[in-house]
Amino acid sequence: MIRLALALALFLAAAPAFAISDPNEALPDPRQEARAVAIGQQLRCLVCQNESIEDSGADLARDLRHIVRQQVAAGKSDREVIAWLVARYGNFVRLRPPFELSTVLLWASPALAVAIGGGAALVAWRNRPAPPPPLTTAERDRLRRLLDT
Amino acid sequence: MNRRLILLAPFAAVLVAGVGFLAMLEREQEGKFDPRGVPSMLIGKPVPDFTLPGDPGFAASDLRGRPILVNFFASWCEPCIEEAPALMQIKASGVVIYGIAYKDKPDATAAFLARHGNPFARVAHDAPGRVAIDWGVTGVPETYLIDPQGIVRWRYVGPLGPAAISAELTPLLRRYA
Repeated sequence: MIRLALALALFLAAAPAFAISDPNEALPDPRQEARAVAIGQQLRCLVCQNESIEDSGADLARDLRHIVRQQVAAGKSDREVIAWLVARYGNFVRLRPPFELSTVLLWASPALAVAIGGGAALVAWRNRPAPPPPLTTAERDRLRRLLDT
Repeated sequence: MNRRLILLAPFAAVLVAGVGFLAMLEREQEGKFDPRGVPSMLIGKPVPDFTLPGDPGFAASDLRGRPILVNFFASWCEPCIEEAPALMQIKASGVVIYGIAYKDKPDATAAFLARHGNPFARVAHDAPGRVAIDWGVTGVPETYLIDPQGIVRWRYVGPLGPAAISAELTPLLRRYA
């Protein structure tokens, strides 16, 4: 039991090693750092592609994190920092694509799915078969006989 | 009749999706479609301003007067070894190639070029990788074609091979010569 507890304690003590972010990377001002993290979480790591630059261990992601922090510290707005990266890597760098002509289908897809599903449900409900006519006296008698046996 | 049509609809949808998927795979195999491809923002725009050290190194203003290929590479990059013969072949055809060593040590770069051949008229060093970010480079190797006016005309991600050279690069070189 003690051994197990010890192993668990060691495992938990090792947890910080799993975190990618290096405290040396962070800005001294916690408010600026929070802003930099929020910006970085919206930016795609271009090496791994399905991670944000805040989550990625790739070299390029680290460089981009550094640039984001430099610009935040220099007083640039979130919009300006993102625009700087979009100018180099295109909208692809944004994990949350902007609403424009080429992304209409993407943004409209939840509404479209609800509309199609709702439409199908409505059609099915309208076309539902009529309830069967009530049993005749003869049928009711037969049913009773069957149930009694 | 109506009911049968409704039953057939899912199969038709699956069929359409399957054909579309097959076309996508086919195009991917032919190199016409790359789902991971990041489109370059530089196409049709002037080369971003830079000056990089080297022996002698070069600057954005040097990329003028003739079509020039700029190749981002590194000694630690395995696909760059695979690409080396293609670059040597391009050099042999008389095209000027400038190399930018990305996040590399000058000694390592020199050893790499001595071992795999040096296709570059000039080699510059981007040790911090900052110029590469201005170009929108996502990894090495990456190759850009700059026209005589210093406008970026083409970008190729990954190792260049005979297929990309004959299908894409050669026609563009003829056009911007």
